Amino acid sequence: MTIETYSVVVIGGGPAGLAAAIAARKAGILDVLILERDREPGGILNQCIHNGFGLHTFQEELTGPEYADRFIVQARELGVACELNTMVMGISRERVVTAMNREKGMFRVQAGAVILAMGCRERARGALNIPGYRPAGIFSAGTAQRLVNMEGYLPGREVVILGSGDIGLIMARRMTLEGARVKVVAERMPYCGGLKRNMVQCLEDYGIPLKLCHTVVDIQGRERLEGVILAQVDEKGRPIPGTEEAYTCDTLLLSVGLIPENELSLEMGVELDRVTSGPVVDENLETNIPGVFACGNVLHVHDLVDYVSEEAGRAGKNAAVFVTGRPAEGERRQIPLTAGQGVRYTVPQRICVERTEPCVKIRFRVDAVFQDSYISVYRNGERIMHRRKAVMAPGEMEEVILPGAMLEACTGSERIAIKIEKE
Amino acid sequence: MEKRELTCICCPRGCMITVVTDGKNIGEVNGYTCRKGKEYAEKEVISPVRTVTSTVRILGGERPLTSVKTKTGIPKDRILACMQQINGIVAEAPVRIGDVLLEDVAGTGVPIVATKAVRPL
Ligand SMILES: Cc1cc2nc3c(=O)[nH]c(=O)nc-3n(C[C@H](O)[C@H](O)[C@H](O)COP(=O)(O)OP(=O)(O)OC[C@H]3O[C@@H](n4cnc5c(N)ncnc54)[C@H](O)[C@@H]3O)c2cc1C
Ligand code: SF4
Repeated sequence: MTIETYSVVVIGGGPAGLAAAIAARKAGILDVLILERDREPGGILNQCIHNGFGLHTFQEELTGPEYADRFIVQARELGVACELNTMVMGISRERVVTAMNREKGMFRVQAGAVILAMGCRERARGALNIPGYRPAGIFSAGTAQRLVNMEGYLPGREVVILGSGDIGLIMARRMTLEGARVKVVAERMPYCGGLKRNMVQCLEDYGIPLKLCHTVVDIQGRERLEGVILAQVDEKGRPIPGTEEAYTCDTLLLSVGLIPENELSLEMGVELDRVTSGPVVDENLETNIPGVFACGNVLHVHDLVDYVSEEAGRAGKNAAVFVTGRPAEGERRQIPLTAGQGVRYTVPQRICVERTEPCVKIRFRVDAVFQDSYISVYRNGERIMHRRKAVMAPGEMEEVILPGAMLEACTGSERIAIKIEKE
Repeated sequence: MEKRELTCICCPRGCMITVVTDGKNIGEVNGYTCRKGKEYAEKEVISPVRTVTSTVRILGGERPLTSVKTKTGIPKDRILACMQQINGIVAEAPVRIGDVLLEDVAGTGVPIVATKAVRPL
């Protein structure tokens, strides 16, 4: 088997992979390679034909394919190598990447640094607890999006959507515009899972009702879906008897969330976070394996591609720093960052004592809807930051930036925690 | 004058904006983060517009569809008429990003442009 060498190898050519490769290249690395299993780069953006991408990066509102194109052109101009139709099969701790495509068959690449950017996939329906037969007409929202936007095929005419994730909301509008009747979006939780803007422009604009605290309790039809029964659920998520309502429909879309695609990471021994299902990283976005970085949806599920690109840019830059020779390895001293009350997770999960960047950007999600509350940061039990926020919701990612001064004189034995407080 | 609460839809940040208006005139606008949001809110209460995105059939291309958008927002009440016209368009490959596939959709004066390149087969 032939073995090639590249300073930086990026796994996945979606927005995260593209931005990481571009940043590594701009940081002076000449040989950067992207391995992408699809026939074109751009990742999930290729099927996201709606607008609203990149307003803050490009000062204009782009559709998914247009946003991706900006990065594809830039990567090409910078001479980033890209192997399409190439599936990465495995990565060793020594950063040897094994991949396969039609022309080369199985091949290996020795990477100076590896950037994981495999994105995420939709939660499978098997993970849902819906009883009844499994007739045709049940799709994940992302599959439906691919069918409608890339194949030009409308999966059905009368639609019920379970789950209020962004893909579900976007597809409610998309299928309505294509002439289908979207009867209702049912959400088990007491809040919408997607962005507020999508609630407004995808549901309210078209008069599509959103039923919070509702779920599908029965599926009707044997060959083809004929209808579903919705019921209200209590605080524990159990259906309340007597609240059942029948809807006739030929299509049920499931938009119940995304999970980072980390089979490769897991196999190579990357430590994963139980909450994000993505790698545990430090502020350089480096995993527990030196020289292996992660960014984008493989790290944690993002709703804003601008954040994906920004984060990926940092991963690319830090990978370049690693390749060009970081000060001697030794034991990495790291301060753990904990998600306290009201916080579901933080990324990064650790901060290096010997930091290379002056401040540390921390992204996190809250675990419920909070109004008029404070984001607080504690160091060893002492509150070092306290910021008021009018509204916070699990559907929207939050951010705090810790200035270097707050981390001064750390030795690695400290603990830093983020909490949501009423006052 | 009444106070209306809106969620800005120009970007995923979704700022809550309040506008004081009588339906014709704009008073105080609050809660926006950037200029786009202020413009959106002012327009939304007087004459709301939306960008429409969809797909168009392509003949002789490496893929059967390109994605398209209205170049700017169109009045909300023209969305369905716009979709009907988009569904009637058939274009030939090659298509480049920004190509105008229809000059004036549904009498709005706004063109339909391609958002994805399609190379010929
Ligand atoms: C329906 C939907 C709507 C969205 N709407 C918006 C919006 O309006 N505005 C906004 O800003 N953001 C939006 N987002 C968010 C944004 O699109 C995503 O966060 C972004 O695409 C994530 O980028 P990524 O590169 O991490 O993942 P992806 O785009 O998923 O890319 C991952 C890539 O890795 C490849 N890959 C995976 N495994 C392998 C392997 N083993 N070998 C080789 N290649 C591999 C995949 O083929 C894929 O191309 C939306 C997302 C979705 C799903
Ligand atoms: S006001 Fe600006 S930042 Fe806020 S949602 Fe609108 S466009 Fe985005």
